[in-house]
Amino acid sequence: MHSLLPLFIAIPLGAAFLGLIIAKLWRGVGGLFAFLSTLSLMVFSFLLLGSSPSIYKMGGWIPPVGINLVSDGLSTLMLVVINTVAFLAIVFSIKYMELYTAKPKYYALFMLMMAGMNGVALTGDMFNLFVFLEIASIASYALVAFGCEHEELEASFKYLILGGVASTLVLLGIAILYSTTGTLNMADIAQSLSTHGANKASLFALALLVMGFGVKGALVPFHAWLPDAHPSAPAPISAMLSGVLIKVLGIYALTRVIFHVFGFTPTLGAILMGLGGLSMVVGALLAIGQDDLKRLLAYSTISQVGYIILGLGLGTPLGIIGGLFHLLNHATFKSLLFMSSGAIEYSTGTRRLSQMGGLNKRLPVTTAGSTVGFLSVSGIPPFNGFFSKLIIIVACVAAHQYIYAGIAAFVGLFTLLYFLRVQRNLLFGDLPESLQGIKEVPFLMCFSLVVLAVLCLGLSFLYPLMSKTLLASARDALLNTSAYIKLVLGG
Amino acid sequence: MQGMTIIVKTVVRIVTSFIVLYGIYIVLYGHLTPGGGFPGGVIVAAAYILIMLAYGKEVALRSFGDKSASLLDNLGAFGFLAIALLGLTGGYFFLNFINHGQPFRLVSAGTLPLSNIAIGVKVSACLYAVFIALAIFGRAVYRAMEEPGKEER
Repeated sequence: MHSLLPLFIAIPLGAAFLGLIIAKLWRGVGGLFAFLSTLSLMVFSFLLLGSSPSIYKMGGWIPPVGINLVSDGLSTLMLVVINTVAFLAIVFSIKYMELYTAKPKYYALFMLMMAGMNGVALTGDMFNLFVFLEIASIASYALVAFGCEHEELEASFKYLILGGVASTLVLLGIAILYSTTGTLNMADIAQSLSTHGANKASLFALALLVMGFGVKGALVPFHAWLPDAHPSAPAPISAMLSGVLIKVLGIYALTRVIFHVFGFTPTLGAILMGLGGLSMVVGALLAIGQDDLKRLLAYSTISQVGYIILGLGLGTPLGIIGGLFHLLNHATFKSLLFMSSGAIEYSTGTRRLSQMGGLNKRLPVTTAGSTVGFLSVSGIPPFNGFFSKLIIIVACVAAHQYIYAGIAAFVGLFTLLYFLRVQRNLLFGDLPESLQGIKEVPFLMCFSLVVLAVLCLGLSFLYPLMSKTLLASARDALLNTSAYIKLVLGG
Repeated sequence: MQGMTIIVKTVVRIVTSFIVLYGIYIVLYGHLTPGGGFPGGVIVAAAYILIMLAYGKEVALRSFGDKSASLLDNLGAFGFLAIALLGLTGGYFFLNFINHGQPFRLVSAGTLPLSNIAIGVKVSACLYAVFIALAIFGRAVYRAMEEPGKEER
């Protein structure tokens, strides 16, 4: 199975560049290439599911000399999430992007972002991680500004500056790590740090990396760019940014570095839990007063990412399972919510909650989809959000972190509160005069919404199966650092 | 008259070919001496930017337009990827599958010179395209800013 690994990077890159060349003759090729490559990558990522951890030596160079791609349980989980959401976002884009011009460029940027994210999830080399992080980030800056309106350019500029600062911090952290350990291979750095112990320079590098990945993952003191950037992008891109990008560039990179390079300690766990708790509370409080639907969803993303970080920061097997399960669930329901907000915007032409109402009479599929999303994100059983939040709260209690358990439960109630408000203002009540003539969105957009809504419900029933396979292998990969080092350096 | 004074134009006309030549040298000897695809590509792009500055946008775009710059940009990137993919014939992505030859000769090091050429093409076309975009987009914004002002008067 390891021969598939470079394809996760090569296929989207090839689709991006070849698509732009052929687009000069036939403009429809971008969408076709994007569809085919995301479909094939989704299939490949599912093929990887059952396989044992493996590494791929680029160019035949043996680690730690060469760059290598590592697929362990955690990478596989991320690949499944990235490629599934990307496929549904592309299916959604085919009709939705008719609102915009320059479609070949859109698909090329989307594919570059995919290549970057797949690369971050797979690579076993610190500098390579930075390169892929930048590919994905730069593509996302351009995609946020894709509408070229005043608001979008401003959001993109803010995102560009803060993202650039974050990348600089990450690069500086990697440079310091390289100077102290003399290697860039993650497993080799981990081995060197575990034999010599961490010195002040490597701790400083860790602080820089936490800050850098914290900005990319929009944890609360570093979240200022997200509420502007995510709503400004086209809806499928918002779904990708909120559902996948911040998880891969922020949470995944952070956990990979903390668990596999530096080794998890209770102090680091306390820092992660503090950041997570703060994100949960601040995100939820800021979400309440929003009138713009997508901006509200963006604040809710900050709050939900806090749950994931809290679960991972606990460091107990149950907490990690809860965090990873919430990561998977958040990817499904937040992409569903952003896509349904895109569908609503496509039909009504507005995102203001105060100008809408009674959409359930005209948009049955979109209403159903967004209702499932709202119920999942607020944690109503039997939808998937309920189970992952429950596991995180139970894990907090089991680890004697009663305060965090209380915060998690309280924020869950708050989430329910503001989504009930959205529900009432958006879907029920009277339909305004101006929106009498709206129609349901086209089939391809409905298709993505329905698949994601089914996943929201299905994942909670699949949990008993997943907790033994997908999530368990990701958890074991995270907790067993020595196995990771052995896999890379011994194979 | 478009562009700068005749002194600048004459100097640019003489110097440009040498700059391009030096850029190509840096690209081709990338595997032997300091340099490589990226620095060499930047130098080649600098020559074209010099022409645009000295002779004006129209003259530069007539010889090397934005469409061909964007095409070369994508071709260079795709070429690099294709070289990496050809390595799969030997079993590994990015495998150096060509005979490495004698060290320190110009034709040596397998796929490295080819990758350098692909990167050089990509970087030079890309930087030039960025410069074109800035030139065209800057004009468009100024025009848009000026026109409403005229209506008010």
